[in-house]
Amino acid sequence: MTTSRDEIFGKIRDVLTDALGVDDDEVLATATLQGDLGAESIDFLDIVFRLEKEFSIKIPKGELFPDDILNNADFVDGDRMTPQGLETLKQAMPHADFSEFESAPLVSKMPDLFTVNTIVTYVENKLAAV
Amino acid sequence: MRWIWIDCFVEFEPGERATALKNITLAEEHLHDHFPHYRVMPPTLVIEGMAQTAGILVGEAREFKENVILAKVKRADFTGYGIPGDQLRYEATIESINDSAAMTSGLVLRQGEEIAQVDLIFSHVNQSTRSSEMPDHNFVFTGMFMDLLSQFRDKAKQESSTTHAK
Repeated sequence: MTTSRDEIFGKIRDVLTDALGVDDDEVLATATLQGDLGAESIDFLDIVFRLEKEFSIKIPKGELFPDDILNNADFVDGDRMTPQGLETLKQAMPHADFSEFESAPLVSKMPDLFTVNTIVTYVENKLAAV
Repeated sequence: MRWIWIDCFVEFEPGERATALKNITLAEEHLHDHFPHYRVMPPTLVIEGMAQTAGILVGEAREFKENVILAKVKRADFTGYGIPGDQLRYEATIESINDSAAMTSGLVLRQGEEIAQVDLIFSHVNQSTRSSEMPDHNFVFTGMFMDLLSQFRDKAKQESSTTHAK
């Protein structure tokens, strides 16, 4: 049986309210994890573990939240990502919406790619591939 | 005072679960201030006891190759306190473990009665992921913690050979 996007969103909302101590109504589809929901780096570990348990999936390191792209000097030029870096990031995160980010790919704006919708799409893709 | 908040292991199933005991005594300085006429073991130190129990369990699961750092207290619900004369029992279980982190759940019991649930997240820090401020040796699993596990294993070995000798 397939799980609908709404059902996935509902479960992810529960995961995020538990992991981040936020209220249900704060977890909007467009909310960013760090900016809007106050997630810190450690919380990403917690979220990954909870998602694995909730959806019975395995999330390899860096697949949901790529964490090593900014460490590559070829991918960053000053305060923004290079075209090569942006392309690599897009390939690493097919579950993210780049429509705003790619017009001005500032490194400081990268956390905005991690929204509730990003996680919903990731889980949706993951479940569809099972 | 030594920063160790468990006295011994009584169960240790590698990669799965571990149980440690802590006897609370009036010789512990902090109890005389917390509080002067109502001495209870601070819940923060109960969390530390669980972190040490679960942390050694997590470290052992990866052969102590990495430092295991307490990253987040996911849950700490207390329904009771430990006082001098009590024995606390820390029951820790690994829920998930991977290259970068581990999640554990845990119960704290006082004379068999549950007084807390403490669920934790640990981060693995190895040579490639450590920050420049961290030492390059294993600064978590020092002799004191390794001795606890050695003592449990020695005792288990002795009991096993005594049973076989009968």
